[in-house]
Amino acid sequence: MNWVSVILNIFIIIAAGAALSMLFVRNIFYAALLLIACLLSVAGIFILSNSEFLAGAQIMIYAGGVLVLIIFGLMLTARIAGKPLQVGNQNVLPGILVALAFFGVLIYSYTNLNLATPSDFQQADHSVNRIGILLMTDFALPFEVSGILLLTSLVGAAITASSFFSKKS
Amino acid sequence: MNGSQSILLLAALLFSIGLSIVFIKRNAIMILLGIELMFNSANLNLIAFNQSRPLSLDGQLFALFIIIIAVCEAAVGIAIILRAYHYYHNAIPDQISELKEKN
Repeated sequence: MNWVSVILNIFIIIAAGAALSMLFVRNIFYAALLLIACLLSVAGIFILSNSEFLAGAQIMIYAGGVLVLIIFGLMLTARIAGKPLQVGNQNVLPGILVALAFFGVLIYSYTNLNLATPSDFQQADHSVNRIGILLMTDFALPFEVSGILLLTSLVGAAITASSFFSKKS
Repeated sequence: MNGSQSILLLAALLFSIGLSIVFIKRNAIMILLGIELMFNSANLNLIAFNQSRPLSLDGQLFALFIIIIAVCEAAVGIAIILRAYHYYHNAIPDQISELKEKN
């Protein structure tokens, strides 16, 4: 057992523990912080899995962008002067049952797989250079379409959240 | 158990935790956190399956596009939650039931 698999298992344990404690914590702000810990350890797993560019995108976009946006929304929708940021539970038993059933189906489908041996992992050349070339050649159309989708969704989000257009009606 | 299998196990665990958060929690922002968790488990699956084909980068690029879609979803979702909060003064989706049939 070399040190790469040791660090990989440490990251996996951190991610699983943070995600499991998101179920049991009552404060939404703590849940957001636990999600940041989970996303950062997932970025560490990406680095150990030969995909460094994706790890950088994960850290910058998720931990830097999406979580800041979610914490902003959390601060704006929680009544700070009134009750604290507690969240209640509902449908506890059906939710747990559905999640356990889905987990069982996934594990059952994973047992029939035969993946490559770990000796194949290290000889790949997953450089950022190849990702850039692929984004401009083979994946040019999804790249442009995702750019247009990002622009329209951000403009739509700004218009939806602003109170400028709703004053007339 | 090699590294790829444990990554797949973590992805299954993250997806089922996200699914149960979407079912159980009452606040809308908590539901968004669960959806982000499910997006991450999909990314982990793509990375783990990309490792068994080392000469191809399709899994990483699909994961990159999934991250972009997740950003769009989070932005639009937060905007809708803010708008509904300003109109209904709460952020609990079960209590926003104006169009629901009264019985």
